Amino acid sequence: MLDKALKGSPIYWGWLIVLLGFIGTGFLVYLYQFQEGLKITGMSRDVSWGFYIGQFTYLVGVAASGVMVVLPYYLHDYKAFGRVTILGEFLAVGAITMCLLFIMVDLGNLPRLLNVILYPNPTSILFWDMIVLNGYLFLNIIIGWNVLSSERKGIHYPSWVTPLIYLSIPWAFSIHTVTAFLYAGLPGRHYWLTAIMAARFLSSAFCSGPAILILFCLIVRKFTRFDPGKEQIRTLSSIVAYAMILNVFFFLLEMFTAFYSQIPGHMHPIVYLFSGLEGHGKLVPWMWTAACFAILALLLLIVPATRRNEKTLILACISVFISTWIDKGFGLVIGGFIPNPFERVFEYWPTLPEVIISLGVWAMGFFVLTVLYKIAVSVKEEVAV
Amino acid sequence: MMAMDRRQFLKITGWSALLGLGGKTAFQWLAPGEAEAALEQATKLAGKKWGMALDVTLLDEEIMSKCIQACHAYYNVPNIGNSKEEIKWLWKETYDHSFPGQENEYLADKFKRRNFLLLCNHCTNPPCCRACPTKATWKREDGIVMMDMHRCIGCRFCMAACPYGARSFNWGDPRLAPKALNPNFPTNSEIPTRSKGVVEKCQFCAERLAKGQMPACVEAANKIKPNAMVFGDLEVPDSDIRKVLRTRYSIRRKPELGTGPNVFYMI
Repeated sequence: MLDKALKGSPIYWGWLIVLLGFIGTGFLVYLYQFQEGLKITGMSRDVSWGFYIGQFTYLVGVAASGVMVVLPYYLHDYKAFGRVTILGEFLAVGAITMCLLFIMVDLGNLPRLLNVILYPNPTSILFWDMIVLNGYLFLNIIIGWNVLSSERKGIHYPSWVTPLIYLSIPWAFSIHTVTAFLYAGLPGRHYWLTAIMAARFLSSAFCSGPAILILFCLIVRKFTRFDPGKEQIRTLSSIVAYAMILNVFFFLLEMFTAFYSQIPGHMHPIVYLFSGLEGHGKLVPWMWTAACFAILALLLLIVPATRRNEKTLILACISVFISTWIDKGFGLVIGGFIPNPFERVFEYWPTLPEVIISLGVWAMGFFVLTVLYKIAVSVKEEVAV
Repeated sequence: MMAMDRRQFLKITGWSALLGLGGKTAFQWLAPGEAEAALEQATKLAGKKWGMALDVTLLDEEIMSKCIQACHAYYNVPNIGNSKEEIKWLWKETYDHSFPGQENEYLADKFKRRNFLLLCNHCTNPPCCRACPTKATWKREDGIVMMDMHRCIGCRFCMAACPYGARSFNWGDPRLAPKALNPNFPTNSEIPTRSKGVVEKCQFCAERLAKGQMPACVEAANKIKPNAMVFGDLEVPDSDIRKVLRTRYSIRRKPELGTGPNVFYMI
């Protein structure tokens, strides 16, 4: 099926070249980072994880959200999603690719990466995260590829794929739960030390992932002869609506616990994020932007007329993306480190090299995604004829 | 048992490294347990649970600075010259920031104005060791939370896990630290310098204990004020540290987190 990726329109090739440009630039800047060390980033002794780990965390959610199309189709036999499951699975593959790359660019000593396998530590959540992420990547590649090639041949996918499909459903939940556990089990990091972290992660994943998927479906419809379908988008938008409501609700639960209990450690990171602490407030405008977009998204998603209108739905999906990206890809990681264990405030801001490397990783993910979507859509077009 | 000195040991490991065999194979070349036995022979100070008690009333600014100097000189900890990339194994901090949550606006002046000497607590239940994905940091049988800077992949999970800010990361190459600030770097040829991209921290002077010496900071402090710092085995009921802890009131940093810090501040 790979041949499908080699025949495309000038737009397709142009887009790939643009992405290659970003990948190349990112790679060159990474070489500079590899040479100089992570001091070229904005990270410090006090905020020791930053943009990279934030992006990683966000994208694990996007990957996990593939289950929002897989589950209704395979478990509930919701036939309409048959048209879009492959898009969900390939979205997961692209997202996991970015996750793994973001972990790699964040390491201080990349050549020693295999130590995680050579000297595994089963009490480390990072070790388990490596297991579940790689497992999920392979599951989605195997399932997606086999189901798609069977569809192309006009046959039912081989029966050995079925147990893998069922396995991939709890597996999707596990990748984001384990990623939440990276944070939620650390003593002394008040913003992260909360039992609802995994639930928050899953809810934000299940609104942001399908929101992105809706946007991709609309792009696919615009640029190809394959239409993912009106009903499919409508169902996806309901999923986004419910998940976004849960996401905001869970966040408000955090607020209540922190501010009703009035325990300083619980309040400080939230105060830092939303109004600044001891005169430091770099993230304040960002967090309020996230809050405003969350409210806008909720309005557009809850009102049936705006949810069903594709134009306003696009706006809603973009709002969900911006809101959840700032909240999870940025605020969550930084907020956990501020104030530091000495209750002192040292701020973080990503540097230009850090952003260029991150763009390179995003471009890499989009490259993989574009090629996979091209294959999927070409097969769908071929079958339809 | 075949006697093996440091020179021979280095020769064998050196050759196997040249042959691309790696450290693990070097150990396999030797009879099982031999390398460990060779190291053990030299051990003079052995303990089951090393701990440290600092007499806050005796540790003034000057002594604390001397301690930090001694520590950082012994372990080749360079002064990077900017707080963002700072590497510190032993450092000073005010009461409010050493013991957050226990601050009190009416606190006695002698504590309010005083700095405290902070270091890795060598916790009984260390969250950093739990978090490390490669066992590059682990708890030794004598209680020391140790670091293997040759295994560390630089993921910094341990830094997120440590509630005491005791871990530093080499954001750049420490060997390239400004010469003006580190005229004699490396100050100790017996201790290897680190590469960029790995985490490091206080290791209770495990290398000195192995030679029968007290930790560098303890030695430096007690040279000026005897008993300003007491280092010893917390498992031995009549050890010096147990004796002072029985008679003096002491506090620890963030004991509520259940990490079991083994550094005590006698106030």
